[in-house]
Amino acid sequence: MQLIVNGTEHEVDVQPDMPLLWVLRDMLNITGPKYGCGVAQCGACTVHVDGMAVRSCQLAVGDLEGEVTTIEGLGQPESLHAVQAAWIEHQVAQCGYCQSGQIMQAAALLDMNPEPSDDDIDVAMSGNLCRCGTYPRIRAAVHAAAKKLQEA
Amino acid sequence: MASIGKIARRSFLIGSAAIAGGVAFGVYAARKPFENPNLDELPEGSASFNPWVIVDSQKVQLIAPHADKGQGVFSAQAALICEELDIELDQVEVSFGMPDKAYYNTAITDAMAGYPLYDTSPTAERMRGILGGVVKLAMPMMATGGSSAIPDSYDKLRKAGAVARETLKQAASQQSGVPVEQLKTARGAVILPDGTELAYTKLAGVAATIAPVTDVALRDPKDWRLLGKPMPRLDMVEKSTGTLTYGIDFRTKGMLHATVKVNPRQGGVMNSYDASAAKGMPGVQKILEITGGVAVVADNTWNAIQAANAIEFDWGAAPYPAEQAEHWEHLAGIFTEDHLNAEARVEGDVEAAEGEEVSGEYRSPYIAHAPLEPLNATMLVTDERVDIWTGHQVQTMLEQIIADITGHDVENVHLHNHFIGGSFGHRLEFDFVKQTAEIANQMRGTPVQMTYSREEDFAHDFPRHITMGRGVAKHKDGQITSLDVQIAGQSVLRSQMGRMGMSMPGPDTQLHEGAWDAPNFNLPNLRVRSYVTEELAPVSSWRAVGAGPNVFIYETLLDEAIHAAGADPLQERIRLMGHEVSVKVLEAVGEMCSWNGPKIGENRGRGVAYGFSFGVATVAVVEVTNTEAGIKLDHVWLAADVGQVIDPVNLENLAQGGIVFGLGHAINCEITYADGMAEQANYYDHEGMRMWQCPPITFRALQNSPKIRGLGEPPIPPSAPALGNAIFAATGQRIREMPFNKHIDFV
Repeated sequence: MQLIVNGTEHEVDVQPDMPLLWVLRDMLNITGPKYGCGVAQCGACTVHVDGMAVRSCQLAVGDLEGEVTTIEGLGQPESLHAVQAAWIEHQVAQCGYCQSGQIMQAAALLDMNPEPSDDDIDVAMSGNLCRCGTYPRIRAAVHAAAKKLQEA
Repeated sequence: MASIGKIARRSFLIGSAAIAGGVAFGVYAARKPFENPNLDELPEGSASFNPWVIVDSQKVQLIAPHADKGQGVFSAQAALICEELDIELDQVEVSFGMPDKAYYNTAITDAMAGYPLYDTSPTAERMRGILGGVVKLAMPMMATGGSSAIPDSYDKLRKAGAVARETLKQAASQQSGVPVEQLKTARGAVILPDGTELAYTKLAGVAATIAPVTDVALRDPKDWRLLGKPMPRLDMVEKSTGTLTYGIDFRTKGMLHATVKVNPRQGGVMNSYDASAAKGMPGVQKILEITGGVAVVADNTWNAIQAANAIEFDWGAAPYPAEQAEHWEHLAGIFTEDHLNAEARVEGDVEAAEGEEVSGEYRSPYIAHAPLEPLNATMLVTDERVDIWTGHQVQTMLEQIIADITGHDVENVHLHNHFIGGSFGHRLEFDFVKQTAEIANQMRGTPVQMTYSREEDFAHDFPRHITMGRGVAKHKDGQITSLDVQIAGQSVLRSQMGRMGMSMPGPDTQLHEGAWDAPNFNLPNLRVRSYVTEELAPVSSWRAVGAGPNVFIYETLLDEAIHAAGADPLQERIRLMGHEVSVKVLEAVGEMCSWNGPKIGENRGRGVAYGFSFGVATVAVVEVTNTEAGIKLDHVWLAADVGQVIDPVNLENLAQGGIVFGLGHAINCEITYADGMAEQANYYDHEGMRMWQCPPITFRALQNSPKIRGLGEPPIPPSAPALGNAIFAATGQRIREMPFNKHIDFV
């Protein structure tokens, strides 16, 4: 089976019902997307498929159509995406385990809605659970990233 | 603080053990430091002045031994050293190091000496010193817990930095011939009077030949460069780019993936199992028996979990009541003399006190830790050694427990500690690592990563202990005259220590924590009694431990009495509080929210609550509106006195997160047992707070307390009662049981 992740083509030999999350993590060693719940309750596994935010724990790799972008493909420490830069600027993370998913969700939100209100952010981000409770900082960072992207 | 002396402490056996032990061991022996473990394999030309600092010709390495489960202590430890070492955070390489008793926690026993942490009298301090010395000699614990990482590190790590700096100056003096007094230090270099900079790395060779300077003075906080100011956390870039390696992300060549299924009736036996369907499933390599269950080893985690779900089990009965109602019935029946844990506080005479009575019964349920990173560990066992890659909060003991399983000498068991994706107390437990050891020991030579499914994580959590409270308050002439609080609960410390193979003498102090030490010194009549049982479900320390349920009981009862007395909830709390530090925290919150009484409009209300937890006086005000669809959280104000702020940004993050955690669980989380098993299996059953519900949270830190404290846990206790009190102010409905959504809807 072939798939494109972060611009690189991969060939994997797996069952087609295996969720994309586990193909990424255990077969391709792309560990930015996290396993948190396995049932689309926490959003820690969020990746982009052709730019859309998707819970990779719920997408069977056999059903994948499109190119996958993970947090590693969004931006790297030396080439940050605006959302990642805002996350650092606002010192969002505590344990940080949910933040790959939060950032991917926020980046997809800003793609579709460049100037989200607090309500828009709440609606888009409430599928992403943060057990440490960093929501106030996430909200601030999404606004800051939106501003930066608008200026760019 | 005259009334502190009246607090009954006759039943605190830990305190008396400290006295006996102090005499037996001698205080002198306890003062001797442990040897520096870095010296064992230190390469030629490298210098290590203490367990926390290593300098070689290439770099300055710092060891930050406390576990970081999100609280930011990795960075804070480094900053404490860097402040005195005169080096910047981006000039050092920081790691968790390898476990050693040299990194034992000096502060974790402070709360166990039988004196409330606000009591800093010479007697109380001497008792803490003796207890700390005894524990250091008997069982030096390298551990992160009880919000103690900062209190433990504050002096120790600044001193480590200062010792290294002064020794490097000695080396520079030797090398340059310039007297030490004329040398300065900055940015990782010693600076000569003519401006020449000698980098620390260039001085390592000479410094290695010098005995570390011992007599150093710590700088006045007003001269600090780094501490007390916002600092970028060292883990922030990695955590924002998916590049941080948590334990679950560890990968090594030839590694297999495993998961386990253990009796969901916690502690029950496995009668039999049928793995015939699982054996032929994709990727399955081995199916192994482990204590109380079965492990599946496969080529990836998904295949392991799928196969484990295909195994049929016959599980034995639970060693505790099968149904939740029986747990509550049991607790209701232990408010008796034979279950008395401690008469922990007696002021005046609550029986004889005058006034009208208000009474209530309060319930705090079992709650899961459910950190987002499911419990996992990776292990490689060979005949020579054991390597463990996971994140754990009790590092040295973990190595010993694994050594006992594999039969290796503990010197050959090596924990490589990792950043932890949340704990809230769960990474104090050992089961998941013991299970991994049982698997890896049966597969010597093959590295195995064991990951719990989320469902296994819920089934095998040891949740927060269940608690029932009964209280009678009295009021007269608009003032509270008496509080009589009784708390019954499952012993969290005995349950937890029992799993470590240890027994605990004396009462479980957590069953009255947050109530017995409430500094209401102006309340003439106060009695706190706790009752203990060990017959319910196994439980563990859950963020803030006993103070969570107990402050809910105490502050809700107090609020009911204040309402009945017709007094103001904030002003009456200030009047009752004889503890100056706490008074200032109450006043600060009042100022922050412009407090003007609990009723602020039609269907709108505010609630206030005070909590004393791990030495931090913390006050929350919650504001809510009763909408047609349910209770809406409008705003939270929080103030806390931590003595000294290390990083105001991280502190605010912890404070806000603590409120989210405390409120979220109070609103909608509980673990209930049916047929001996937890009924909640995933986050849809036990959700906590999501962003849509999160109100603005305003925080202020105060620094009046004489000792520095950690804020990881203290925001939890006052959050639930502040919300309950706000709901009462907005609706007139008094809720005495968590989670609140059993009684009222939320939006």
